Amino acid sequence: MRYMLLIYTKEDEVAWASQQEMATIANGHMSVMAEARSKGVLQGAEPLAPTTTATTVRLQNGKTMIVDGPFAETKEQLAGYYILECQDLDAAIAWATKIPTACGGLQGCVEIRPMRFMNQGAGSAPRA
Amino acid sequence: MPGLGAMRESKTVVENVFRQESGRIIATLIRLAGSFDLAEEAMQEAFATALETWPAKGVPEKPGAWITAVAQRKLIDHGRRERTRREKQDPLLYETPTIHEPEAEALFAAEEAMYPDDRLRLIFTCCHPALNMEAQVALTLRTLGGLTTPEIARAFLVPEPTLAQRVVRAKQKISEAHIPYEVPPRAQIPERLAAVQAVIYLIFNEGYAATAGDSLIRRDLCNEAIRLGRMLCDLLPHEAENSGLLALMLLHDSRRAARTDSQGHLVTLEEQNRSQWDQQRIVEGLERLQDAMEQRRSGPYQLQAAISALHAEASSPEATDWKQIAALYRSLLRLSPSPVVALNHAVAVAMSEGLEKGLAQIDSVGESGRLDQYHLFHAARADILRRLGRKKEAAAAYREAISLATNKVEQEYLSRRLEELQL
Repeated sequence: MRYMLLIYTKEDEVAWASQQEMATIANGHMSVMAEARSKGVLQGAEPLAPTTTATTVRLQNGKTMIVDGPFAETKEQLAGYYILECQDLDAAIAWATKIPTACGGLQGCVEIRPMRFMNQGAGSAPRA
Repeated sequence: MPGLGAMRESKTVVENVFRQESGRIIATLIRLAGSFDLAEEAMQEAFATALETWPAKGVPEKPGAWITAVAQRKLIDHGRRERTRREKQDPLLYETPTIHEPEAEALFAAEEAMYPDDRLRLIFTCCHPALNMEAQVALTLRTLGGLTTPEIARAFLVPEPTLAQRVVRAKQKISEAHIPYEVPPRAQIPERLAAVQAVIYLIFNEGYAATAGDSLIRRDLCNEAIRLGRMLCDLLPHEAENSGLLALMLLHDSRRAARTDSQGHLVTLEEQNRSQWDQQRIVEGLERLQDAMEQRRSGPYQLQAAISALHAEASSPEATDWKQIAALYRSLLRLSPSPVVALNHAVAVAMSEGLEKGLAQIDSVGESGRLDQYHLFHAARADILRRLGRKKEAAAAYREAISLATNKVEQEYLSRRLEELQL
């Protein structure tokens, strides 16, 4: 079962993070990716450029609107993602707790979303 | 053709089996089926079969195992039909069977069947942190509590469709997000167990809260919580806080009959007729507390139970060991510091070391402002001011408490106290 782990950080606080703090974060991600890769569960992981570089495309009244910026102003912003192949939600949660989101004591979070695809693998999880 | 008498008797037996065993049965069926809904359907059908066949054939020696075996057979039949349907739709799709198919003979040896107890899996799954609190409570009561959706809705004063949706969404979340149907690994048990205990205690408190109406279903909730608490103790006997929680609930519940008078008015602990306290509950509560303390791992539930025990053991309000209660609150403050615990500690100080001293402490607890909206803070102040004869200040505090109280019965009690001041 694949999960996408969406990393959210406070961009305005990240902007103030020191070189050292940034290096610690980067190393944290490297080590999580290395571990996930070695266990054969890493299917993808990338940082995203900040929301100042974002462009949002919407269809409104039959017309395509192109707008500068993210789809909405939020307190925390999407900073990157991981795609991991996990047995169940608890395994995904265990990975999420290893992922560095905070920069030197700043806030952040990881949202875990199951990914949908046609064939679900066998597992011990109950269906509805 | 079985007589009416036999059928009526069987119906009662079936109902009893449902009440006592449905939690355990559904827990196993969910594991076998890999699905809450399929398990529920199969169980319902099996109970229906029992109603049909037991009057004539007699009640089996192990009714729970019989129901489980019959339900399991229905799951297998369902699984076969599903696979056939799917193969007809798309021969390229295959599905790993989730049902282990036992040999034919084993199916018919239902009375010999031994099913492991899967209730721990079930309760940890129902109380998984990925589900919100309301969902945890609803699902726990629905599966392990054996309460129907309308019963749960009434107990929580929530419209039935709302409650039904909560249960549906919880099951969907478990399914789509793949919340595992497992007992958590040892390292996570403390945290996950705390969540289970919190759900059970919330159910108890919901039932215990004084309300003007619907007292019957509220009492049912307390009984359900106690039942779940007992189950948890049976399943995990070496966790002291499980016994602590059960003791706390039993001791609180022992005072149920004395808490309201014949007109539904609130009667405070001090004023209660102690002969109305349920001694059986008290005895069991004290035993459970003893069990907990012997494990030498203190915790907040045990401390609260010990406080409740001191009240239960006092033959009159004057005989209450307030000094010891204050000491216990001090310990509780260290474990789970909160303004409410600090307030309760201050009240115990008032009763043991003097009203003025206690009042001063209550006021200092209130300095942070965090208790400003808490009606019991003002009620506690009002009560002490009343005892000190400071009527004007007491009245002001009672008014504040009344304006913040959310519960009609408590409001009515406070209003009565205010009137008695005769200002």
